[in-house]
Amino acid sequence: MNCQELESQRQAYLDGELDLTRSLELEKHLRECSECPQAFDALSLLQRSLRSDALRFQPPASLEKRVRSAVRREGGSRAQTFSRRWLIPAISAAVLVILFAGYLLTRTPADNLVASEIVSSHVRSLMTTSHLIDVPSEDPHTVKPWFDGKLDFSPPVKDLTPQGFALIGGRLDYIANRPVAVLIYQRRKHVINLFVWPAPNGDTKPAAQVRQGYNLIHWTKSGMTHWAVSDLNLAELQQLAEELDNAG
Amino acid sequence: MEQRNKLALFEATVLPHLNAAYNLARWLLHDDSSAEDVVQESYLRALKYFSGYHGGDSRAWLLTIVRNTSYNWLQQNRSRELTNPIEDAEGLTATEANPEAVLLQRIDHDLLRQALTELPIEFREVLILREMEGFTYKEIAALAELPIGTVMSRLARARARLQERLAGRLNQEI
Repeated sequence: MNCQELESQRQAYLDGELDLTRSLELEKHLRECSECPQAFDALSLLQRSLRSDALRFQPPASLEKRVRSAVRREGGSRAQTFSRRWLIPAISAAVLVILFAGYLLTRTPADNLVASEIVSSHVRSLMTTSHLIDVPSEDPHTVKPWFDGKLDFSPPVKDLTPQGFALIGGRLDYIANRPVAVLIYQRRKHVINLFVWPAPNGDTKPAAQVRQGYNLIHWTKSGMTHWAVSDLNLAELQQLAEELDNAG
Repeated sequence: MEQRNKLALFEATVLPHLNAAYNLARWLLHDDSSAEDVVQESYLRALKYFSGYHGGDSRAWLLTIVRNTSYNWLQQNRSRELTNPIEDAEGLTATEANPEAVLLQRIDHDLLRQALTELPIEFREVLILREMEGFTYKEIAALAELPIGTVMSRLARARARLQERLAGRLNQEI
């Protein structure tokens, strides 16, 4: 790398946007050149100074309260206007809703509760003081038999390495008042916990939700209920769900 | 119940970014009370569009709204600040750098704040997003709806101008 190249690339380097090879070349040139370090250091000093907390504007303490109450007023008032304008249709709709009440009462709260247990377990498994994996292995034929004698069912364990989801192991956990199998997959830096246990109901298609910033997908297939949870983006998590749902 | 859940999810998702929202609005608008108004307005807009948010970086999502709301506010209240858009020149990098600037050993925060305040808004915003919020070129490009090349050249020119101003100030004082 010569001085001219360094000048055109030093900004990308300082911004962490230069690839490793060129970063190393740039650092080498900086060590050897007598001219370049001066301008480089000046830019680096400017960058460090701009990152100082002293340059950030802090909101007044009252702003959070103000924003929160404006949001609640707006969120609440929209619900109120709705109910006044649509009072009679709403009553008719309520009759329909009652018809589904049994379904809603038995299903939704339970699912919500499970979803929050799943997220808690996922977060706990990633804490350094806790543990993520009981049986570390990328081989489904090691992970699957490990659950024998620990659970009263045998979870399906799929190798999805070709699809870009590396199996890294399995773990026992306790969700919805029963011991369950957890399979841990990894996609780039993102850890995916896949919870599996037997379900009494019929098959359901993958359904997504977001909780505390984590993406969750829930589906039931061949008598097993599945919950996948991760900070991975929803599209890729959905891809995992589809791969598992489609695989025999 | 549905409504309350949605509100709780909304608050948990975007309220943690209040500091970043205020910092950006305050740097774009230059005064406290306008920044507070714009932040509140941005949150109400965010609530309205929340059903269109499907995960991803919630801070980038919120700051996109804050940026748009700030520009709308400037358009309505101080449109003259937006009448002289800078000209983007692709490929122009740090060649504007003033050699005097490189002599600085440390940078005084007050001088830097003043120099940053005086930068055209197009330069100011890319610096805030890059240095204070730590977004990548790609994220800034998406947030400010600019080509990546423009983000890079604006950053380079913004930094060169800051160095020039700081060097100029220092010479005046001496």
